[in-house]
Amino acid sequence: MQINVNGQMTEIGDDPQMPLLWALRDIAGLKGTKFGCGVAACGACTVLLDGQPVRSCQTLVGDVTGAITTIEGIGSPENLNKVQQAWLDEQVPQCGYCQSGQILAAVALLEQTPQPSDADIDDFMSGNLCRCGTYPRIKAAIKRAAGQGAA
Amino acid sequence: MGIAKIARRTFLIGAAAIAGGIAVGTYFVRKPWDNPLEKDLAQGEATFNPFIKIASDETITVIVPRAEMGQGVQTTLAAFVAEELDVPLGKLTIEHGPGSFAYFNSAMLEDGGPFPFFDESFIAETMRSASGPLSKMLGLQVTGGSSSTRDAFEKMRQAGAAARQMLIAAAAARWNVNAQSLSTADGFVVDAASGNKASYGSLAAEAGKLPAPGSLVLKDKAEWKILGKSQPRTDLLAKVTGTAQFGIDVDLPDMLSGTVRMSPRFGAKAKSMNDAEALKIKGVLKVVPINAPAGSGFGVIAQNTWAAFQGAEALVIEWEDAAYPASSQAQTDALRGQLSKPADFTLRNDGDVTVAFADAPREEVLEAEYSVPFLAHACMEPMNATARWKDGVLDIWAPNQGPAILQMVAAPLVGVEAADVRVHTTFLGGGFGRRAEADFPTYAVEMAKVADGIPVKVVWTREEDMRHDAYRPAAVAKMKARVRKGEGPVAVDIAVAAPSVIASVLKRTFPSISPMGPDKTLTEGSHDQPLTIANYRVAGHKTDLGIPVGFWRSVGNSYNGFFHECFLDEIATASGVDPLEMRLKLMAQYPAATGALKKVAEMSGWGRDPGPGRGLGIAHTLSFGAWVAEVAQVHVSPEGLRIENIWCAIEIGQAMDPGIVKAQTMSGIVFGLSSALGQEITFANGEVEQSNFTDFDAMRMSQCPRIEVEILETFHKMGGAGEPGTPPSIPAVANAIFKATGKRLRSMPFGKEVDFA
Repeated sequence: MQINVNGQMTEIGDDPQMPLLWALRDIAGLKGTKFGCGVAACGACTVLLDGQPVRSCQTLVGDVTGAITTIEGIGSPENLNKVQQAWLDEQVPQCGYCQSGQILAAVALLEQTPQPSDADIDDFMSGNLCRCGTYPRIKAAIKRAAGQGAA
Repeated sequence: MGIAKIARRTFLIGAAAIAGGIAVGTYFVRKPWDNPLEKDLAQGEATFNPFIKIASDETITVIVPRAEMGQGVQTTLAAFVAEELDVPLGKLTIEHGPGSFAYFNSAMLEDGGPFPFFDESFIAETMRSASGPLSKMLGLQVTGGSSSTRDAFEKMRQAGAAARQMLIAAAAARWNVNAQSLSTADGFVVDAASGNKASYGSLAAEAGKLPAPGSLVLKDKAEWKILGKSQPRTDLLAKVTGTAQFGIDVDLPDMLSGTVRMSPRFGAKAKSMNDAEALKIKGVLKVVPINAPAGSGFGVIAQNTWAAFQGAEALVIEWEDAAYPASSQAQTDALRGQLSKPADFTLRNDGDVTVAFADAPREEVLEAEYSVPFLAHACMEPMNATARWKDGVLDIWAPNQGPAILQMVAAPLVGVEAADVRVHTTFLGGGFGRRAEADFPTYAVEMAKVADGIPVKVVWTREEDMRHDAYRPAAVAKMKARVRKGEGPVAVDIAVAAPSVIASVLKRTFPSISPMGPDKTLTEGSHDQPLTIANYRVAGHKTDLGIPVGFWRSVGNSYNGFFHECFLDEIATASGVDPLEMRLKLMAQYPAATGALKKVAEMSGWGRDPGPGRGLGIAHTLSFGAWVAEVAQVHVSPEGLRIENIWCAIEIGQAMDPGIVKAQTMSGIVFGLSSALGQEITFANGEVEQSNFTDFDAMRMSQCPRIEVEILETFHKMGGAGEPGTPPSIPAVANAIFKATGKRLRSMPFGKEVDFA
């Protein structure tokens, strides 16, 4: 089976029941998407499906009909996405494990709500867990990426 | 291995009795460790000491031998070298480096004795200086105890200075001038008189052959260009682009995947196991029995992680019963029962508590029971490790906090010397103490042993991770005080019952070491606080509940901070005095503590009326060398109780990187608040009842308060940053809830008694 990942048709194995998370990581070799809980409770595995954030641990590859975007698809160390740049400017990550999911959720939020309020950010981002407690800096980085300046 | 044998006989981590091994080990202590970098140098590379390599192409590699688990240790420790080597931090290539005895952590062990941080008596200082050499003997390359920066402060600056002096000496020889006339800047040695200039890379080969300098001159603090200033973290570009390699991301040629299904009852084994259905699942290759000191169960080797997960789930296993109190109620009863027995140790005993209570009128006596549950670490990255056993060499790739421990634990599994186990430390997706355990790499080794030389990456499910932790201990405390109206405490008597972390860790990690003497982690946060109370006793009651317990961010301080600081609040209320004023009086001999309290009072506007439905609470704890005062503001809102603000003043002596210190302190606060909201690990039928973030959640963005942190730098000793933010956050919130609602919370999590938004 092949699906569109980051603009390229990508081999993801032959088991339609496999969660997209494991197909991306183990078969396509895209390891930026992280495993956190397996039950859509933490957001670490967030990817975009046609621009909408989905939990790849609970999305079966057989059900993927649209285009998938992972952290590798929105920017690179040489060419950062504006959200990634804001994350760097605000020095957001600590352990960094949840941040691929946080960044993709923020990309989707800003796509839908270019000027989010604190309440918008809380609502949209509270499905993404961070055990290091980087929330205040995530919020500041989202505002920075929205052009609201350093919070 | 001779060194380990000597250490095992004489060494008691965290216990009072460490004397005896010191003289025996003198020879080993004086003999410097080999530089582990020498054997793996690339073409054109020279090494100067275990921390620095410089290549002819100008690549300067710094070994930061501590686990980067989010605390920014790679940045700050590399900055020590950059400062003294005179190169910009951004020019350095940072590696974790190999597991080696050269990277022992003496600062952590110095904190391990039973003496409070402020005790600078002769005996306390002698014990501290003796434990440095002891940790070198054991080669404890551990990341923990908020100790990395304190441990590296001298060592890594000296490493940088030594390399710089050797580069200058090489240039002096090349140009035939006096070394004194040369200077360095941005990776070059410069001769101002002749205008000669040579890059470090061009000098490295010659300089690396020179002997290490006999004496070193370190920069004066006033000359620092990098230290003491916030630096951009060196690991963040990788972490915002998904390119940082965590343990779970290890990828090797031909690698297989695996997972484990361990006994849900600790110490219990399988009575029967049927793997017929598991082996029918496509991609499942092999089911491997695992029997280790840390646990018994089965490993499943498969072609991909998902197949392994399905295979593990399909195993039909009947497990033995629990040989310990099987329910949370039975555990609490056991803890309470232990409190009625004589104490195992009393690490604080000022005045005479018995006499002080003897003639106390009833209205002057305050009594309370406090309790906390077991807690899981719940790192975002589930436990995992990759192992390969091929051609007599064992390789372990693991996000771990103790590579030297892994070497010692893994070596006997395959019958090699500890030094021959190659441990590769990746980034850690959270650690919090969990990744100092050896269970997850041990299981990977057991599976690699039957994989014919093929590497196996073993990833646990979240459910396995949640149900097989080394938990923060459950604890019960009996608190008693005699109070005087308008003044405060005349006598305080605290008895804490909990499982011993040290005994539990040793039992499953180094079974040959017997845990003797007091375990100071059991009462830390109660017995070692900077208060002067005429009659003041803190006793510990070790209670083995059969549940593995371990180092959870701030360890014993995480619960003693809650007990001690909430009970002080009760004493203030009963005495009719302000809790801040009372603390200032009781801590008057410790300006570091009163300084932090006054600062946080100013930040929070202590004393103001926060308005209807709101309350302010205050707490102070001294842990890991940092004096931390916090004020919480809570609001009883229509949606539920909200923690609106946390103000924090942290006295740390010297902050090497203020940005990172603040981030760490905030992180510690959120970690503590997460436990206050709703976290608990409970037991039924000997098994953990929780399984995932659905029933063991952590603070979410919508619940996170505004947090302000101010750093104070007046104390003469440097403190840690990773853990000290946690202990006062919990009592500050409980005390604020009391102010806002009148409800006194004495057991955790608070979410069982109040509804949080």
